[in-house]
Amino acid sequence: MKPAVRSWLLHAGLSIVAVLTMTPTVWMVAASFMSPGEASSTPPPFLPAHPTLEHYAALTDRLHMPVYFFNSFLIASSVTLVSLLANSMAGFAFAKYRFKGRDRTFRLLLSGMVVPAQVTMLPLFLMMKKFGLVNTYVGAMVPGLASIFGIFLIRQFVRSVPDSLLEAARMDGAGEFRLYRTVILPLCKPILLTLALFTFMGMWNDFMWPLIIMTDDARYTLPVALANLMGEHVLDLELMMAGSVITVLPVVILFLAFQRHYVRGIMLGGVKE
Amino acid sequence: MNLRRRYERKQTAAALLFLAPALSVLAAFFVVPVAAAFLMSFTDFDIYGLGDLSTVRFIGFRNYLRILETPLFWKALSNTFYFVVIGAPLSVGVSLVVALMVNARMARFKGLFRTIYFLPVVTSLVAVAIVWRYLYHPAHGLLNHALGWLGIGPVDWLGDPNLAMPAIIFLAVWKNFGYNMLIFIAGLSNIPDDLYEAARMDGASGWRQFVDITLPMLTPTTVFVVMLTLIGYFQLFAEPYVMTQGGPLNATLSVVLMMYEQGFRWWNMGYAAAIAFILFAIILFFTLLQMFIQRRVEA
Repeated sequence: MKPAVRSWLLHAGLSIVAVLTMTPTVWMVAASFMSPGEASSTPPPFLPAHPTLEHYAALTDRLHMPVYFFNSFLIASSVTLVSLLANSMAGFAFAKYRFKGRDRTFRLLLSGMVVPAQVTMLPLFLMMKKFGLVNTYVGAMVPGLASIFGIFLIRQFVRSVPDSLLEAARMDGAGEFRLYRTVILPLCKPILLTLALFTFMGMWNDFMWPLIIMTDDARYTLPVALANLMGEHVLDLELMMAGSVITVLPVVILFLAFQRHYVRGIMLGGVKE
Repeated sequence: MNLRRRYERKQTAAALLFLAPALSVLAAFFVVPVAAAFLMSFTDFDIYGLGDLSTVRFIGFRNYLRILETPLFWKALSNTFYFVVIGAPLSVGVSLVVALMVNARMARFKGLFRTIYFLPVVTSLVAVAIVWRYLYHPAHGLLNHALGWLGIGPVDWLGDPNLAMPAIIFLAVWKNFGYNMLIFIAGLSNIPDDLYEAARMDGASGWRQFVDITLPMLTPTTVFVVMLTLIGYFQLFAEPYVMTQGGPLNATLSVVLMMYEQGFRWWNMGYAAAIAFILFAIILFFTLLQMFIQRRVEA
């Protein structure tokens, strides 16, 4: 085969996969601007004849979408901040301190990654019930406040920080916590950003735990609200698409803005010791 | 000597302080619940236990025995295996093919294609499951409309027990292939160029280069990706929850969906905990298998 033909075939293939990949998402956006019932007419149109914002207006005015958005945002950003702090401190300790049982503890922690989250959910729900945390933001945040993967990611990164840097700061009389705050945290910025993206997006998209712990409509996160909305509004296709756009858009923007940092997290997660 | 001991003690104290927040969170909200779930799976914890703990009794292996005698559980288990056994290899295969295409020397706009392919990965599963539910609609769905051009009559994707699971698999492949594609691209870029140079000097065809160099060099990556995907796919939940509620005729009921319904709809928490542990045992088995294979591959 001539190189020109091969190149043409390759790019045709790449383009077909791209079109197939994008069609559902583009259609979701297009249908969200269609008039009620338009998307279900025959033949189904791909673009709105007279674009309208009425479904976005309905979601905002009548269907409490801003509340769900706020809930999702509050839970995802709080978990991100708290877990970043907890994970980075623990990752630092595992990387740079010598203490008895360090490696054994770390290995034990890593083996915990095998356990699927669903196993913890039944007792966790009972615990939350006992503490009065069912249907609260704190209840929704609890499982994400520290993560084994986060600790692992930070530890790998901090290990590459030269010990001499820490010793120099100690010579200058810095306490251990100042060391962490003024030496480690600034150096860790890139990995912290990566971990923040992973945590935020993971919490934003999380479905099962918020579905279990949030029993009252006013506390739903976007995915839970959306699944619930589907029950009543299954026939309002355009409205459901507008709701899906609102749910998906923030993470897509975040990803496009910080793509490089997000992708690095996947690479590091795939690297074994 | 004394000084050294003091230094060590100081190090340990600092380390413990730094570890305390994360480890106490993990202990309280991860380790304790896992242990509790294990104990729970040997009790008759149900809706009465929810109100009054004193009604809960240990019943030995009775939950596990009951589960194994429940046809619905076997149905859920075989559905889940169907999803995993067909979905995971398909997912990995598509990822590999697309990674090879994006990574080809002559490919242009690599960054753009990579971004487009990856986008479904970051979207919310619930939102895209809703989108696909409409795409699969027998009368108005875009998919049937497109198939109509090819002369294929309307298909009731999610309403037909034989087609509902394939439809969910297709959605899962669409949503996930970008993730493994990135890992494959990283694996491909780690293969030294001079291997290909040497093969070309020997006159090896593109196909021979793929079989003799690319595939073997990519084996560790492939093992990793396959197992990661298997483990993720065993936890199938949101797709059937949103798209089919486990139907039609329980054709898409998954193990996790069954656990959720037993535990949080009917409050049969002891029974649900036993289902969760059976799932855990299956995932553990595949993880150990992966470690075993990886050791063989790397040796």
